[in-house]
Amino acid sequence: MGGIDYSGQIPNNVNLSEDRALQRALQQWQPDFLNWWSDVGPEGSSRYEVYLRTAVSVDPQGWAHFGHVRMPDYRWGIFLQPAEAGRAIGFGEHKGEPAWQELPGEHRANLRRIIVTQGDTEPASVEQQRHLGLTAPSLYDLRNLFQVNVEEGRHLWAMVYLLHRYFGRDGREEAEALLERRSGDADNPRILGAFNEKTPDWLSFFLFTYFTDRDGKFQLCALAESGFDPLARTTRFMLTEEAHHMFVGESGVARVIQRTCEVMNRLKTDDPTALRAAGVIDLPTLQRHLNFHFSVTIDLFGADQSSNAATFYSAGLKGRYEEGKRGDDHVLRGAAYKTLDIQEGQLIEKEVPMLNALNEVLRDDYIRDSMGGVQRWNKVIEKAGLAFRLTVPHKAFNRRIGTLAGVKVAPDGRVLSEEAWNEQVHQWLPTADDRAFVASLMGRVVEPGRFAHWIAPPASGINRQPVNFEYVRFG
Amino acid sequence: MDIGAQAAVIRQHLIDPEICIRCNTCESTCPIGAITHDERNYVVKAGVCDACMACVPPCPTGAIDNWRTMPRALAYPIEEQLLWDTLPPEQDQGAAAASTEVEAATETPPALAAAVSGEVPFVASSWSSTLPPWSAAHAYTNLYGAKSPAVATVAGNYRVTGAGTASDTHHIVLDFSALPFPVLEGQSIGILTPGTDPDGRPHHARQYSLASPRNGERPGYNNVSLTVKRVTADYQGNPVRGVCSNYLCDLQVGDTVQVIGPFGASFLMPNHPRSNIVMICTGTGSAPMRAMTEWRRRQRRSDKFQDGRLMLFFGARTKEELPYFGPLMNLPKDFIDVNLAFSRSPSQPKRYVQDLMRKRAVDLAELLRDKDTCIYVCGLKSMEEGVVLALRDVAEQAGPPWETLGAALKREGRLHFETY
Repeated sequence: MGGIDYSGQIPNNVNLSEDRALQRALQQWQPDFLNWWSDVGPEGSSRYEVYLRTAVSVDPQGWAHFGHVRMPDYRWGIFLQPAEAGRAIGFGEHKGEPAWQELPGEHRANLRRIIVTQGDTEPASVEQQRHLGLTAPSLYDLRNLFQVNVEEGRHLWAMVYLLHRYFGRDGREEAEALLERRSGDADNPRILGAFNEKTPDWLSFFLFTYFTDRDGKFQLCALAESGFDPLARTTRFMLTEEAHHMFVGESGVARVIQRTCEVMNRLKTDDPTALRAAGVIDLPTLQRHLNFHFSVTIDLFGADQSSNAATFYSAGLKGRYEEGKRGDDHVLRGAAYKTLDIQEGQLIEKEVPMLNALNEVLRDDYIRDSMGGVQRWNKVIEKAGLAFRLTVPHKAFNRRIGTLAGVKVAPDGRVLSEEAWNEQVHQWLPTADDRAFVASLMGRVVEPGRFAHWIAPPASGINRQPVNFEYVRFG
Repeated sequence: MDIGAQAAVIRQHLIDPEICIRCNTCESTCPIGAITHDERNYVVKAGVCDACMACVPPCPTGAIDNWRTMPRALAYPIEEQLLWDTLPPEQDQGAAAASTEVEAATETPPALAAAVSGEVPFVASSWSSTLPPWSAAHAYTNLYGAKSPAVATVAGNYRVTGAGTASDTHHIVLDFSALPFPVLEGQSIGILTPGTDPDGRPHHARQYSLASPRNGERPGYNNVSLTVKRVTADYQGNPVRGVCSNYLCDLQVGDTVQVIGPFGASFLMPNHPRSNIVMICTGTGSAPMRAMTEWRRRQRRSDKFQDGRLMLFFGARTKEELPYFGPLMNLPKDFIDVNLAFSRSPSQPKRYVQDLMRKRAVDLAELLRDKDTCIYVCGLKSMEEGVVLALRDVAEQAGPPWETLGAALKREGRLHFETY
C-alpha cells in the first residue's frame, strides 16, 4: 500500500495534509479499515457502483455530492463542525470556562471510554447489516442501506480521528480494537448489547434505523454539548448524517404499513393469516417487532441510576439533550428527577438526585421523540381508513438493564408474574414463527423501479432522481 | 407595462409535513434562523427565508424542497403551517402542471420551466441560473455564522442620493482589519442588528449585496461597501421603520457591526477576456453592478478585458434618487454603455428599464447572441417579469426562440436574478 493522497482521498477539515503524526497513525489504520470493510462490510458488494452521497466539506455546498461510486473507493472523510470562537463549557462544575481544545488530563480515561463506546457502535451496525443486501426489496432500498453503511463507516473514522489525534499510543490501540471486535461474536463481542443482536431482515433493519439510530442521535446530541471541543464539533457534524439513517427507518416502516393497509382494504380483512397468505406483514406482527426494537434500544441508555453519568456530566464531558435550551442552572446539584422503581410488586415513581439519573433523563427525552414517529405511522393507517393503531410499549417492558431488569411488565405497564409473562409473551414480542414468516418474504428485487410485494414504493427518489433510477449498478 | 402595478409574488418555501422526519437538520443549517418547529411540525418563515438553499442538500428526506408561488400578502404564516398534516395543494394549476418537469431536473431550486407564451403562467425567476459562469472565480461562502459572526468596523457612511429626496440611500464601508473575509462581486453579507424584536428574540440577519469589488472598497484593503436604503414604508406603502436599514444608516465611523457570510455562489461575474456583462438594476439593486463595474475598471489598465463590453440599464424614480449618479456619469463611454430610466421625472413620461432595453434592442440583441455575454438582474422582485419579457422580445427579433436561448443562458450560468 503506497502513500495516501490526503486531500483527495480523505476529504477533511482537520489539516490532515500537514499533520504528520495523524498521517502516520492513519497510514497504519486505513489498510486495516479497508480489510475490515471487505471482510465484514456489505457482502459481495465491492464491485457495485452505488449512487451515494459524499460529504466533501462542511459548508452547505460541500455537503452532498451525489454520484455512482464503488464502496471501497468511497471517500471517508474527517469533518468537524467549524469552531465557534470563544465557546464556553455549558454545564457541570466547569460551566463558563473556555471549552477544552486539547485533552484535559484528568478526564482522559473517561473521555476515551466515551469515544470508544460511541465508536464501537458504528462498525457494529455495519456488521449487523452485512447480509441485507442479498434480500433488498428494491434498488432504491439497496442504495439506502449502502448509504447508511458508508456513513456508519465515516462515523467510525470520526471517532478514530479523535483517538489518533488526542490519545497517542493507547488511542491507536483502541482504534485497532474497534476493527477487531465483532457483532455477536461470543469471544470478542461489541460493547453494547443491542449491537450484538442480529438484523436478520429488512423489517428489523427499518426498525433498527428508526429506533436504534435515534439512540445514536440522542447520544450524539449529548456529546455535542461536551466541554471537549473536538468531540463536540465532531459529533455535531455526525448528527447531520444520522438524520438520513432515521429517514430510512421512518419511511421504510411507513411504506410497509402503507402496503399492508392497501391489502387490508382490498381484501377487506384484518385477519393476520389471510394477510400473511397475501404476502404482506400484518400489523400485529409489526407491533411485536416494534416492541422488541423499542425495548432493546432504551436499554442502550444505561442504568437508570448511574454514578458514571453523574461524573461525565459534572466533569463537563457529556451533557443532556438540548442542554442549551433548558432553563435550569446546568450544574444540577440538589436537583431531583423521578425514576421508576418496583416495590411490593408494583411500579412506583421515586425521586432521586438528577445527577445520578441523567441516563434516565436522556432515555425519557428519547422516548418522547420516538413516539412522534409512531404517531406519524398511525397517520398512514388512519388515512387508509383503518382502526388499528400502533403503540409504544411501557418503559418497563422487556428491560435487561437497570432497576427494571428482569421485572416482568406488560406493554401496558401491568406488573406480571413469571407465569403470566410466559403465557402472553408471544403476543408482545416476535415469535420464531413471526421471524420465519418475515424472513420468508425477503427476496431480492433488482429491476429499477420494481419493489417487493410487501413494501410500497417511496413517494420520491433520492436527490430528485426518479424512483426507477438505477441507484445501484452491478459491476 | 407598469411594473409598479404588478402584484408582489413570492416563491414561498414550505416543508412537507408528511415526509419530514423532524430531524432538525434544516433548522440547525439555516444561516438566518428562518426555520422553526413545535412538537408537531417544522416550518419556514416566509418573511425571513431568502431561498439561499443552504438547507436543501442536507435534508435527508427531500421534504424541505417544496415551493408555492404565492402573492406575498397571502403567504402561509407559520401559525397555519404548524397545524398542517399535509401540504396545501398548489393553487396555481399551471405551475403544478409544470412540476413534472421539475422532478426530472437536477438543478437545486425548483425552477418552473414554463413556456413564456401559452397557458402555463410565466415565472420569470425560473430562468435564473443556479450555477456561475464558467470563468467565475471561486467564491468562499458561509465562513461566519450567527453563532460566531465576524466583527467589522465602520470606516465610512455617506448618503448617495440627493438631499431633499424621499430616498435616503447610504454607501457604508465596513473594514475587517486582519480578519479573513474574502469576497467576490455579486456576493452578499448578512448584518446582525443588535437587540431583540418585540417578542424578545434576536433580530434576524438582513442580507445586503456587496457594492465593492474583490480587492476592497479601497483597493488593497480588507474592506467592503454596502448600498443601503433607509426603509420607511413596507411594500404596500404603510409606514414602517426597517430595523436593520435604519441601524446601518445611523452608524457612525468607528462603530462595530456583526457580519455573517459571505453568501452566494452563482451570481458571480465572468473573468475571461472578451466576456461581456449586461447589467439591469433598479435602486439599491445597483450594488452588485457597481462592484462588477469597478472590478472591470480596475482591471482595465491590464488590457485583459479590452474586447469585453459592459452595458448597464439602471432605473430609479428620479435622477436625484439614483445612487452613485455622479461617479457613474464620469465613466468613459467606451468602457460602459449606460442607460438610465426614470419613472417619476417631472414633465417626462414614465420610463422603466425594460422600455430602455427595447429601445436599445439592436445593440442588446448583438450581445445576447454572443456566447461570452452574461446578464445580471438586481432590484425589486416586481421588475423580473418585465425584464425577461423584454429580453425575450429583443432576442426573438433576430434570433432563436426565447425557450432555446433562455434555456442556454440558464444552463451556462449566464443569466442571474437577485431580487427582493
